[in-house]
Amino acid sequence: MSERLAVKKTYKLYIGGKFPRSESGRSYQVTDSKGRFLANAAWASRKDARDAVAAARKAFPGWSEATAHNRGQVLYRVAEMMEGRRAQFVDEVGSSEGLGRSRAEKVVDEAIDRWVWYAGWSDKIAQVVGSSNPVAGPYFDFSVPEPTGVVAVLAPQRSSLLGLVSVLAPVLVGGNTAVVTSSYERPLPAIALGEVLATSDVPGGVANILTGRVGDTAPTLASHMDVNAIDLAGVAGDDEHAVQLELAATENLKRVVRAPAKEPDWTAEPGLGRITSFLETKTVWHPVGI
Amino acid sequence: MTKFEYAPAPESRAIVDIKSSYGLFIGGRFVDPTQGTSFKSVNPATEEVLAEIAEAGREDVDAAVSAARTAYTKTWSSLSGRDRGKYLFRIARIIQERSRELAVLESIDNGKPIRESRDADIPQVAAHFFYYAGWADKLNYAGFGTNPQPYGVAGQIIPWNFPLLMLAWKIAPALATGNTVVLKPAETTPLSALLFAEICQQAELPPGVVNIITGAGDTGQMLVEHPDVDKIAFTGSTEVGKAIARSVAGTSKKATLELGGKAANVVFDDAPLDQAVEGIVSGIFFNQGHVCCAGSRLLVQESVYDDVLARLKRRLTTLRVGDPLDKNTDVGAINSAEQLARIRELSDVGESEGAERWSPPCELPDRGFWFPPTVFTGVSQAHRIAREEIFGPVLSVLTFRTPAEAVEKANNTPYGLSAGVWTDKGSRILWMSQQLRAGVVWANTFNKFDPSSPFGGYKESGYGREGGRHGLEAYLKVGEAA
Amino acid sequence: MTPRLGDVTTLDEVRLSDVTSSEASLRQFLHGLPAVDHVGAEARAAGLATRSIKTTAKQFAIDLAISMIDLTTLEGQDTPGKVRAMCSKAQRPDPSDPTVPPVAAVCVYPDLVATARAALGSSTVKVASVATGFPSGRTSLQVKQADTREAVADGADEVDMVIDRGAFLAGHYGQVFEEIAAVKEACGDAHLKVILETGELSTYDNVRRASWLVMLAGADVIKTSTGKVAPAATLPVTLVMLEAVRDFRDTTGRQIGVKPAGGIRATKDAIRYLVLVNETAGEDWLAPEWFRFGASSLLNDLLMQRQKMITGRYAGPDYFTLD
Repeated sequence: MSERLAVKKTYKLYIGGKFPRSESGRSYQVTDSKGRFLANAAWASRKDARDAVAAARKAFPGWSEATAHNRGQVLYRVAEMMEGRRAQFVDEVGSSEGLGRSRAEKVVDEAIDRWVWYAGWSDKIAQVVGSSNPVAGPYFDFSVPEPTGVVAVLAPQRSSLLGLVSVLAPVLVGGNTAVVTSSYERPLPAIALGEVLATSDVPGGVANILTGRVGDTAPTLASHMDVNAIDLAGVAGDDEHAVQLELAATENLKRVVRAPAKEPDWTAEPGLGRITSFLETKTVWHPVGI
Repeated sequence: MTKFEYAPAPESRAIVDIKSSYGLFIGGRFVDPTQGTSFKSVNPATEEVLAEIAEAGREDVDAAVSAARTAYTKTWSSLSGRDRGKYLFRIARIIQERSRELAVLESIDNGKPIRESRDADIPQVAAHFFYYAGWADKLNYAGFGTNPQPYGVAGQIIPWNFPLLMLAWKIAPALATGNTVVLKPAETTPLSALLFAEICQQAELPPGVVNIITGAGDTGQMLVEHPDVDKIAFTGSTEVGKAIARSVAGTSKKATLELGGKAANVVFDDAPLDQAVEGIVSGIFFNQGHVCCAGSRLLVQESVYDDVLARLKRRLTTLRVGDPLDKNTDVGAINSAEQLARIRELSDVGESEGAERWSPPCELPDRGFWFPPTVFTGVSQAHRIAREEIFGPVLSVLTFRTPAEAVEKANNTPYGLSAGVWTDKGSRILWMSQQLRAGVVWANTFNKFDPSSPFGGYKESGYGREGGRHGLEAYLKVGEAA
Repeated sequence: MTPRLGDVTTLDEVRLSDVTSSEASLRQFLHGLPAVDHVGAEARAAGLATRSIKTTAKQFAIDLAISMIDLTTLEGQDTPGKVRAMCSKAQRPDPSDPTVPPVAAVCVYPDLVATARAALGSSTVKVASVATGFPSGRTSLQVKQADTREAVADGADEVDMVIDRGAFLAGHYGQVFEEIAAVKEACGDAHLKVILETGELSTYDNVRRASWLVMLAGADVIKTSTGKVAPAATLPVTLVMLEAVRDFRDTTGRQIGVKPAGGIRATKDAIRYLVLVNETAGEDWLAPEWFRFGASSLLNDLLMQRQKMITGRYAGPDYFTLD
């Protein structure tokens, strides 16, 4: 008896809650760590990047004005959905990153738990970084964190899932919307994550995922005047590229998280830096009188 | 009928001793610039030359940065937080002791009314040092982890609109967190910073912890680009802010930027109108409108437009424009000929674009740089005077019909520094406060500042906050992603 | 002819007879007045208080302030002798200097009106009488009217009545209105000054509403306080009342006077009020017909300051009469 022929997945982009192919019609071959063919991934173009920014902007009011409790619920739901697809992620991370089963499982578990960790911050961060300010006068004065807007996230090249979650979740938990460029060589977990997001009550456009060359889309994102911030994690160690992107980002004074000299160990507890880097502090004054 | 004319009430300038020339304050003493070049600081109200000011060149910037580095390494970084705090307390006290002198000097060099330098600027300067003095030995409790570390040498560049207050906003948190500084005041208003150098000497601040170098844009650029500067803090135009952001790109330097604004001041039909008018006036005519967070776009709900405009115009007829040292002056001199030219140019553009221009009758002095309080009505979002920062006493008036339209118009700008909202309805205040994309929202008030209150912009108004606990972050290696 | 400060219309299309036609419309109108932000109003008053009035401006202000005083005695221990002495001082505040103007009025209890009238003779100094069950106002309307008629019959040019604060705070605006209208009627030709007793109204919103209410009811002058309740006159309360008379004239064309009373003792305080008048209602109000100080000890301080301006020496209280 012959073995059943598997139904293979087409890996596409994730933009505005939908899974389009690249408008350019291009794709590229993705191989495993040993060079064996895995799939064809969509090769995102500048136009795809612009579409993703438009989708992220459109989604911003709804996501940023959702209650913190609601955002926390949604992000926790992402963790639940990942858990349900754990086996798939283990396969994809394992083949992409060349990890054995148990190490891949550890990475996936950590990535799921990272969503849980960040989800919990949604309704706590304002209490930790906000303040009421004792001004010298009859005014009530308070400072609250607000999302900065649309954030371009260049996800790490090596850590295709844990690294990706570690840069995406903090952006989303603060109420921002994101355009993510995945690892070029290891894009499959990113697309799988997109499929999870699409089924996790994350509103369409809140997170958009582009696969392809960072060099194709990142300059568009870095110079885009409707992008408010950029995380350069994905060009870690590539100083020349990082400088160009940082320069492009100055055009509208994006908030920039610089690329580290080399990709960090994503298993460490993240701290608040990646959340607060994409938050603005708003201070409100009002008189106190009768 | 009787007329109550206020007789001149000039503040005496005898208390201030302006030297004929000033050197650079490097390593705790005044030194001559290496190249020997200088420029003049003038009194904008009279065009009288006040002093010759040294212009710092490359070697001087090197010397100042080197002095700051030495002070950081040898003394300041090993000093306890408690002692750093005590130096700052000393400075705060000396500022209070010499407040009259500082206020007069500030008004002479800047052109701002003595009422404002005396009642707003200088008290805020002292308060700012006092506030951050208290943080110096409490940084472990500031929420940035235990033992947060300073950057090292901070290069600080400040504007001419609030010379000493901007100095305080820069130096107080930098020193409290353990950094040393090289500060460049604006070329048109260096005198109070140079007097501050003297205050550092009186406070026996260790040499090199504060260095003041004078000069124009070139000097500032040398400071920004200096390889041994770890941190840049700048307040000024968005254009220069972007240049600084480009300059530090690819370096390990951190920058915080407080830049321009085009704030909307939104008046609803249920606003406390008399107080709203006061807020509109202080929003745009405080400090001659030389305020980055000035409420330069008045958005009035159409149903009260006529009433608000009539009240506003009537109020403006009582504004007293003239001698900055007269204690009854409300609006002083424009800071420089260059700024006056820009205000004139944009106002002319406003007229040529079809907006209607109005000023109250007021006699302007013959000498000096003056511009009358000016209101443009019939302004639309497309007009340049509704989009560009004029940085002068010029108000653009627009209208709206619904809260949503007000928000849309208020946010329709690349800037996001401040905004005002006037309404008697509590829930609307909070809704507007959430909707307005600006770092500071003044509800039923405007242009209020406090050392404990974080200040800074969204979008192209810059990044980083000054004031409050948040203001510490700009000078500590914390809060940024790895 | 002095220029008016613009032409503001607060109440486009509002017909005042409609406003006062019912309790409901009165309430609707008063609660529709623009709110007063407490902090903003106080900040504005404090800002104006920093005006520096020196030399010629101060001389002008001192004489103007003297001419605006309602020289007042409202004590249980008042006697005809005390009132006669005060009337003498009212006409010639400084016997050694005839250039000092007389005050605007003397203000006494109703039973001493006749004494004051006789003492003042044909002087320009007016006789003002508190009436209507001063200071609490807790008598019947009949008693208030009788009190008023007697004072006027005895020669009062002006009647200072108090509003029924209880009724006002309970929201019975119609009752307050009717009572003022009735007293106004009892006044005949005498001017009616209506005391809001702002120290009991608690909020600036109430001060604004009460100001409009009593102006609508026919007051010629709105007055802050009886002097028997703390706080009495304050700068921000007076600011709100000046805004009210300014807006009322813009709306109705009728000019109403303002009288802060109680607690104004020093020259610098009086000058601050004059600055407030000048920059809020405008110079049309800078005359004794339109602005008064209810005060007693203020006069001597003004006289001392006045002499200091002339001689350059600081004065001493022994050189001014105590009456």
